[in-house]
Amino acid sequence: LLLLLSLVCCSAAVYVNEPNLSKSFLPHYEPDHGDAVSSSQDMRLHVFTVDYDYVQIPYEVTLWILLASLAKIGFHLYHRLPRLMPESCILIAIGALVGAIIFASDHKSPPVMNTSIYFLYLLPPIVLEEGYFMPTRPFFENFGSILWWSVLGSLLNSFGIGLSLYGVCQIEAFGLTDLNLLQNLLFGSLISAVDPVAALVVFEEASVNEQLYMMIFGESLLNDGITVVLYNIFIAFTQMHRYEEIESIDVFAGFARFFVVGLGGILFGIVFGFVSALMTRFTHNVSAIEPLLVFMFSYLSYLSAETLYISGILAMTACAVTMKKYVEENVSQNSYTTIKYFMKMLSSVSETLIFVFMGVSTVGKNHEWNWAFICFTLLFCLFWRTLSVFALFYISNKFRTYPFTFKDQLIISYSGLRGARSFSLAFLLPVNLFPRKKLFITATLVVIYFTVFIQGITIGPLVRYLDVKKTNKKESINEEIHVRLMDHLKAGIEDICGHWNHYQLRDKFKKFDNKYLKKILIRDHQPKSSLVSLYKKMEIKLAIEMAESGMKISKSSMASLQSDSSRRVHRLSPTEVESMRDVLARNLYQVRQR
Amino acid sequence: MQLLVVEVLRGWPGRSGASCGSWCLLGGVESKRCHPASRNVRDPSGPGCAGVVGDNSPGSHYCGFRRQRSAVQRQRDLISHSQITRLYSRFTSLDKGENGTLSREDFQRIPELAINPLGDRIINAFFPEGEDQVNFRGFMRTLAHFRPIEDNEKSKDQNGPEPLNSRSNKLHFAFRLYDLDKDDKISRDELLQVLRMMVGVNISDEQLGSIADRTIQEADQDGDSAISFAEFVKVLEKVDVEQKMSIRFLH
Repeated sequence: LLLLLSLVCCSAAVYVNEPNLSKSFLPHYEPDHGDAVSSSQDMRLHVFTVDYDYVQIPYEVTLWILLASLAKIGFHLYHRLPRLMPESCILIAIGALVGAIIFASDHKSPPVMNTSIYFLYLLPPIVLEEGYFMPTRPFFENFGSILWWSVLGSLLNSFGIGLSLYGVCQIEAFGLTDLNLLQNLLFGSLISAVDPVAALVVFEEASVNEQLYMMIFGESLLNDGITVVLYNIFIAFTQMHRYEEIESIDVFAGFARFFVVGLGGILFGIVFGFVSALMTRFTHNVSAIEPLLVFMFSYLSYLSAETLYISGILAMTACAVTMKKYVEENVSQNSYTTIKYFMKMLSSVSETLIFVFMGVSTVGKNHEWNWAFICFTLLFCLFWRTLSVFALFYISNKFRTYPFTFKDQLIISYSGLRGARSFSLAFLLPVNLFPRKKLFITATLVVIYFTVFIQGITIGPLVRYLDVKKTNKKESINEEIHVRLMDHLKAGIEDICGHWNHYQLRDKFKKFDNKYLKKILIRDHQPKSSLVSLYKKMEIKLAIEMAESGMKISKSSMASLQSDSSRRVHRLSPTEVESMRDVLARNLYQVRQR
Repeated sequence: MQLLVVEVLRGWPGRSGASCGSWCLLGGVESKRCHPASRNVRDPSGPGCAGVVGDNSPGSHYCGFRRQRSAVQRQRDLISHSQITRLYSRFTSLDKGENGTLSREDFQRIPELAINPLGDRIINAFFPEGEDQVNFRGFMRTLAHFRPIEDNEKSKDQNGPEPLNSRSNKLHFAFRLYDLDKDDKISRDELLQVLRMMVGVNISDEQLGSIADRTIQEADQDGDSAISFAEFVKVLEKVDVEQKMSIRFLH
């Protein structure tokens, strides 16, 4: 903690000195710079000059990123802190700190946050990372529930909050009557953009059961697309000058557009995913460009979708999901690692920057405070989320094998943390259409701070207190094998009963995949030999690992061999167990191999 | 027209001695309920039901109508009528020979089952020891293992016979898939056979052998190089068996 503070102070000191430096030192050599102070020393050659304006923007951005990264390092070094509060809290705090410094030193901060930069540069990496690292199997197993919950939940939340706030605005005493229905609806849609990263981290750490994790994860993924679509629709409506001109035909058009945007985005993404997978089939001689292909194609899918006003987020997610399976088989090991880490890095940078901006705007003159609006906003957010969770899950529980318990639902409703997304959307409201933009920004910030700090900090203890059902991370080979047996058994019984379910759909898809898609998209695809080559790859990896950790294993295995000489069965090292499990995992679902 | 009356619900999980309704079916051309849809037992003198013995197929039965009432909460314990109807129609559609029983060939005609790696073993599980035909009662009895466990069942009286869909019975069902010779142990060979069926042809024998060895070594506690039922249960204690071996619509 001390280290962290000292780092912060250092950077702050540097920062504060910068603007002063640029004023006190002489500007650079070029005579036409026109600075009145330096008239007498223009003629001499300066041994040491400082030119700050030239590098100001990249310099400050880099400094911010570095600062946030240092904060993250410090955060994780101090063991107790991650248990207390989520990482986002620290990032926001850093942002606020930076903001305070800028404000105090009256420094003109670089104008780096506007619509195009946010939507074109900052958002895509985050979305890409989420889509790429999505665990596909649990996602598709719970797909129905996730779809039902995200789509309807977002809609319910947006409209609910918007309409309730509109109702509140009608009350004269609060001085809010100039906010019309559309503005309120728009605000409702942007404030219901959920950003549960912090909640997910808590869940992962507490190993909650997979279904719960997937619901929140899936919700955050789809919620993005939906919120942005709603936002754009409402902005378009607002731009139609007077809202009395909006007829029902426009509302229907809005609904239809919703579907077009959503499904179109997914379709786009899938197409791009296949194209890029196809490209990677031929890159075995130029493996250095493989990461480039992956990133560029996903980005291209995003941009193309945005051109047509289709949801770029959904497109990019679909592209990443489609691409991942085939790309992983085609690219070299190094490229795979590069892609993975580069993606994480980019998204981390984006997220940091957004949080810093958020902090920076907190401290400033951009505010308008209105007690009624803000308090009611907060209230309605919580209320509508809880309502939508319980209502929607009550219905979807009837169709699930594994219904969500009351505890699960409580956790889900509590993990509706807002984050950078709402903030960005609020920040980017066009001022000409929204004269009271500052009010919205303030309200958004308050909600974000409240949810991130208070809910973020308390959700950990809540999860532990409620003792939510935990996932069982498979620890043993036995579990792996027997669970697979049970899966096959269940599928068999379901076939006997003539019951159609997820498993069959997945099998049908696998069959189609093996027959057609893999042949086209994966190089050298021969079903048998690819598994054998995979197996060989794993053996090599295992051998390398054993050689590297040779000292440790040989000592421990010697000890265990001596103590358990009665057991003649060969004791396997953990890495071997791991590789066995991987081999099993890949093979135990090859239903069609007979 | 044969009068095939099957006392389906006797011994159905959750009933534990409670009253059983009966399901009176006319095999062959059509099936008709011979008494109304309530599960309360009716008089044997209901219309259309002569209480006559069924016919040739072994294990088919008598028309036994019981009158015992049971606790108020009985309604939730039973499989619903619609499900029984559905399963019966599935049974008849599989029964090509139309003799009221299924043989192994009837099962093997199900296409997805033919490609299931454990298909043969699952089919075997339906047939009681040494028999080649299974009637509807046996069919339902096997399927009963896969009913989801309800919360209110967990607190039911412990002194009744254990319902078929209890966790222990489900595990026993899975155990029997491995244990062909029924010696209550999964030996290395039995394990290898199942592994080979599930994994396919891509893994070498040695690798599979070492996986099997490791599996047994992990589970074995009494040192007999085989997995007994108790060890099996212990190893799977963290797994959510209730969910993995339950089929929703059998609710």
